[in-house]
Amino acid sequence: MDLTYTTEQVAFRAEVRTWLDAHVPARPLPSFDATREGFEAHREWERTLAAGGWGMVTWPREYGGRGLDLIQWLIFEEEYYLAGAPGRVNQNGLFLLGPTLMEFGTPEQKARFLPAMARGDEIWAQAWSEPQAGSDLAAVRATAVRDGDHYVLNGHKIWSSRAAFADWAFGLFRSDPASEGHKGLSLVLFPLNAPGITVRPIARLDGKVGFAEVFLEGARAPLAHRIGEEGQGWKLCMATAGFERGLLLRSPARYQVAAAKLVALYKQHAERIDPTLRAAVTRAWMDAESYALSIYATASRLIQGGKIGAESSTNKIFWSELDIALHRTALSILGARAELLPEAPDAGDVGTWLDDYLFSLAGPIYAGTNEIQRNIIAERMLGLPR
Amino acid sequence: MDFAFSDEQLMSADVARKLLTEHCTPASLRRLMTAGLAHDERTWQELSQIGLTGLLLPESLGGLGLGETDFVLIAEACGYAALPGPFVEHTGVAGPLLAAAGVGTAREELARRAGAGEVLLAIGHPSNPFVADADIAAAVLMEHRNEIHLVLPHAARLTRQESIDPFRRLFRVDWTPSPDTQLTSGAPGKPLWEEAFNRGALFAAAQCLGLAQRAVDLSVEYVKTRKQFGKAIGSYQAMKHLLASVQVKIEFARPVVYAAAARFAQRNLFSRALISHAKLVASEAAEAGARAALQTHGAMGYSWEVDVHLLLKRALALECAWGLPSFHRERVMHRILTQPLGPEHTFSCEPHHA
Repeated sequence: MDLTYTTEQVAFRAEVRTWLDAHVPARPLPSFDATREGFEAHREWERTLAAGGWGMVTWPREYGGRGLDLIQWLIFEEEYYLAGAPGRVNQNGLFLLGPTLMEFGTPEQKARFLPAMARGDEIWAQAWSEPQAGSDLAAVRATAVRDGDHYVLNGHKIWSSRAAFADWAFGLFRSDPASEGHKGLSLVLFPLNAPGITVRPIARLDGKVGFAEVFLEGARAPLAHRIGEEGQGWKLCMATAGFERGLLLRSPARYQVAAAKLVALYKQHAERIDPTLRAAVTRAWMDAESYALSIYATASRLIQGGKIGAESSTNKIFWSELDIALHRTALSILGARAELLPEAPDAGDVGTWLDDYLFSLAGPIYAGTNEIQRNIIAERMLGLPR
Repeated sequence: MDFAFSDEQLMSADVARKLLTEHCTPASLRRLMTAGLAHDERTWQELSQIGLTGLLLPESLGGLGLGETDFVLIAEACGYAALPGPFVEHTGVAGPLLAAAGVGTAREELARRAGAGEVLLAIGHPSNPFVADADIAAAVLMEHRNEIHLVLPHAARLTRQESIDPFRRLFRVDWTPSPDTQLTSGAPGKPLWEEAFNRGALFAAAQCLGLAQRAVDLSVEYVKTRKQFGKAIGSYQAMKHLLASVQVKIEFARPVVYAAAARFAQRNLFSRALISHAKLVASEAAEAGARAALQTHGAMGYSWEVDVHLLLKRALALECAWGLPSFHRERVMHRILTQPLGPEHTFSCEPHHA
């Protein structure tokens, strides 16, 4: 066990920092979930990242990456959050579909989709949930029926993050119309501007259009855009969900930077606030550190050839709960001003705490509810009966 | 950066685990309890025969010359087995303190014999008002104005303090410091006591981790077989979610305990805060585990017959051993308020002086 960075890792951190210092936009970009303009500004940032070779550092060079290991990825993420760089508008592609393609895609599919993804030319949305298939994802009804060398897609997808402005989606379809449950499902890629597809944005509780409904009425997708074998969709989705809950979607730096800001907020207000908040601040900081240590341990294990299993579910519960507690503590420190929007004349230093708190509340719901994660932990880690 | 144990470390932990599974069984604990004992001579012999009682002692004193990272998994296994008696404090805290307290033929001989498991050491520290297992120890290490003293039990008055944990044999030790008992003066003694305290907290945290996992495992076995409403109660989400929540606490306490062991040798406010962090989250996991075990076992869990209460009582005792939660929270807070924060400082080594 050696918990120090190597000289190469220290040098790598410096390299990342230098590049980010020179390239991160001086002013925050407008939200990618509120307007097309904000979305396109983030696409430009993805292009800038890609041009510097920083789009997805763990990917092989041939797909636009740097072939780096997970520790280097963690260092990159740490510097990224420290620099206050823009959110990753293509996270569904880079962190979810990307690893799935890397593991299950054909060489043609990898060559077709990965470089365009890394460059930000194609921004991805996930089209899995349906009105009747939320936690019970295997109840999807949308169909992909063969017609020559194409699938004909029909159905109604919902809660697709980024779909309002994204270019492509990866959807879960019933390719065997007679099938039920986990069987007979396939993962099919389709462009969101194809004929027969209507995207209807859904306003979130903060009024932004972060997700959308997708109506498919006879849209066509080539068979070659199916990932894996026909009927293997469930297995692929579970692998993708593992990436999502596991390592990639929420790197620890996100919470560590937020915890550092929370401590700064606490220091500013320490004299006038409820002394019990001291314990809550300590707790938030410790939880962010615990999460980081755990991810470093997992990364070390994966580098040595280990696999990520049901512990990706423990990750998801831990980061989503710490995220809420951290932001809720910040609001308690802000007190009566916590409810103010930043544009309120007397908002002072409220910053984005409220916005980030509201977003944190979605954490226990998306990427598989925490109730489902607890079922997974109980059944797969602890071996309890279904 | 390599956050993983070596094959040797994993292997010796495995050996210890197997040994404890074989010898420190629920039945053997019951036998000790009936006899009013907290020390199982047989298990002790087994542990010392493979050198574990001298694990942290230097090779010059016949020890294995290993460090905190080598012992942390073994202490965790002791917590899992709910091993009673002085093994963890003897091996992890008292032995290294005696060895560090300086030279002298008699003292070296005592350290050598302690490492070989021929005699037991007990340790008193100002943070713990009572000394565990003082009555069966050949010598007790005591603090007086930061000095380290070695007190022989016959030269002290031991007053038994009954604990709810039948395996915690606690004593108030009344003794008189004298040149005969003194091993070191206060100046060199202070950092050594601090180091002993940190080892005590670290290995208490490791035991808590094991204890928490034992509580979950015990619950899992029970809820898989106990049936109500025609089904194993483990199939109900209320049980699943309760136990899954404890498992989450364990999963995120474990790397903190391991990192605290790995960084122990840093001996600065980063490593001390990490030990405190580990102690806090591991003892919380142990308490949550024991309480969940009580609930999943229902009335059985509240009975003397089922082992849940042994875990519950040990968790209660360990939470306040080697520093109260409030002390450890303040140590973490001190690191937070005085040192740079952020992801690039998780593994920082050099304190920043303002």
